[in-house]
Amino acid sequence: MSNEIGRPSESDSGAAPYNFGGEWKPSQLEIDRRAARKERNRRNAAIAIISSIFVIGGLALVAVTSPGWKSLSDTFFAWAYGVEVLPKIILGFGTNVALTLIASVCVGIFGLSIALIRTSRSPALAPFRILATVYVDVFRGIPMLLVLLLVGFGIPALRIKGLTNNVLILGTLAVVITYTAYVAEVIRSGILTIHPSQRAAARSLGLSHFQSLRFVVLPQAFRRVTPPLLNDLVALIKDTGLVSILGVTDAVRAAQIASSRSFNYTPYVMAAIIFLLVTIPLTRFTDRTLRRSIERQNATGVA
Amino acid sequence: MTQPVLKVNQVRKSYGAEVVLEDISFSVPVHTATVFIGSSGSGKSTLLRCINLLDQIDDGSIELDGEDITAVDADVDKVRRKLGIVFQSFNLFPHMKVIDNITLAPMKVQGISKEVARENAYKLLDRFGLHDKAQDYPDRLSGGQQQRVAIIRSIAVAPRLLLLDEITSALDPVLVNEVLSTVRDLKIEGMTMVLATHEMGFAKQVADEVCFLHHGKILEWGTPTQILEAPQQPETKEFLKRVHEAGRL
Ligand SMILES: Nc1ncnc2c1ncn2[C@@H]1O[C@H](COP(=O)(O)OP(=O)(O)OP(=O)(O)O)[C@@H](O)[C@H]1O
Ligand SMILES: [Mg+2]
Repeated sequence: MSNEIGRPSESDSGAAPYNFGGEWKPSQLEIDRRAARKERNRRNAAIAIISSIFVIGGLALVAVTSPGWKSLSDTFFAWAYGVEVLPKIILGFGTNVALTLIASVCVGIFGLSIALIRTSRSPALAPFRILATVYVDVFRGIPMLLVLLLVGFGIPALRIKGLTNNVLILGTLAVVITYTAYVAEVIRSGILTIHPSQRAAARSLGLSHFQSLRFVVLPQAFRRVTPPLLNDLVALIKDTGLVSILGVTDAVRAAQIASSRSFNYTPYVMAAIIFLLVTIPLTRFTDRTLRRSIERQNATGVA
Repeated sequence: MTQPVLKVNQVRKSYGAEVVLEDISFSVPVHTATVFIGSSGSGKSTLLRCINLLDQIDDGSIELDGEDITAVDADVDKVRRKLGIVFQSFNLFPHMKVIDNITLAPMKVQGISKEVARENAYKLLDRFGLHDKAQDYPDRLSGGQQQRVAIIRSIAVAPRLLLLDEITSALDPVLVNEVLSTVRDLKIEGMTMVLATHEMGFAKQVADEVCFLHHGKILEWGTPTQILEAPQQPETKEFLKRVHEAGRL
């Protein structure tokens, strides 16, 4: 037929015509392409492995053969001594874990409250909005170490009856104060990225202000800020080590005690390894979450 | 004579020095559709937003079922429960499946049980040919399907009055028809509606009354035939001529 509509399929070129509805089998063209791709992936993997062995192996060789290696490994990698003090450090790390758990719950609650106060427009909350802004500005702007010293040594110095001078509680308080300021800002930025039309749609359906927040705005905001919040969690775990300066026997303090007894720094390395065992998986997980959330936003963002 | 569902009396609205709506008065009897036409920036969206109390009017009043909804002590949430609005940009909730988008307001606002809300939602989805999309997230749907879900979402709370703001202008021509036929079905079922549209052919089909809005004023109003085929005002003629040239009639 001369007035054929559409392009005829070029079945003689090796590619089978697309068969609507029938069972699909890859054409020879596609089979070849897949084989070529597989081959290329295999080659890339081989190159990566070989170059890694060379570079990392080379670096290790340089380190081990350097003149200082002997004293370095005696000072930092005395494994026998490290294993000996390990139980104490692990016990201390229990404090870091507990502190992290308690602090992150408190930070979550206070951070969300402050974010909500700062994004609200209710006139009744005006004074709280000002206070929240000042709070966030102040505690995001000073080193956490200073907050720890001020709270940990300052509050007991007041000698007020009924006020605790338990260093663990004061240390936790300092961590919570600092991280609440960070987290409040992260959550607030998440709330602000949700387009006003979403709230308008919710309100026009008759949902109250609170319901719109609860069911429409916050779920979307939290999805967007999950990766930065996980980042803050990793930072929080590490920063719990700072409470050791108040005399809390956490992993860092336990390592310090063990190290000063023997003038050997292996306990610090052991403590570092224990922190890494927790933070590295969490960081990987954060990366994966971030990648997923970017994919999701790319999928929806265009429309 | 029965009382109209919506009665707008001498409404005025300005943004700063710019007067966007001036002396707007009209009423919408039950089971009828009033269509607003007019060029971009004439105030159509603003009017619908004011009716839905998303914007505050500067003067005049708006009555819904004889009740002044612009009174200082009017219960905004209660008014909105009686009104449905569909936006140009759909505004579905992207983190919820289609079915949850539809059942959210019936469950949370009207206090209907989850089972009943879902049953009603599925009935509506069935009727508009979207049954198999219930478990999908909105971003998996085509624009036309999203807009139909948005319409279903706003009629799921059984509003007294449905406001539709240029619901097809973000869609390509093929998808426009499926959305318009959904609205036609609603009209046949007796839904009372106020629409803003650029689709003159559609206006002719569903409108009981057409109002031509020009720089925030209703310059001319009447039956679709009167306004679209025998306009009296020079501005209306000019507007229709331009629409005609753009191939929308
Ligand atoms: N929030 C606002 N602040 C200031 N000016 C506004 C605001 N919203 C709308 N306007 C102005 O009000 C006028 C009417 O806008 P409106 O969106 O109601 O027009 P429209 O008839 O819906 O136009 P279109 O057909 O393009 O949707 C425009 O001049 C616009 O610039
Ligand atoms: Mg508009």
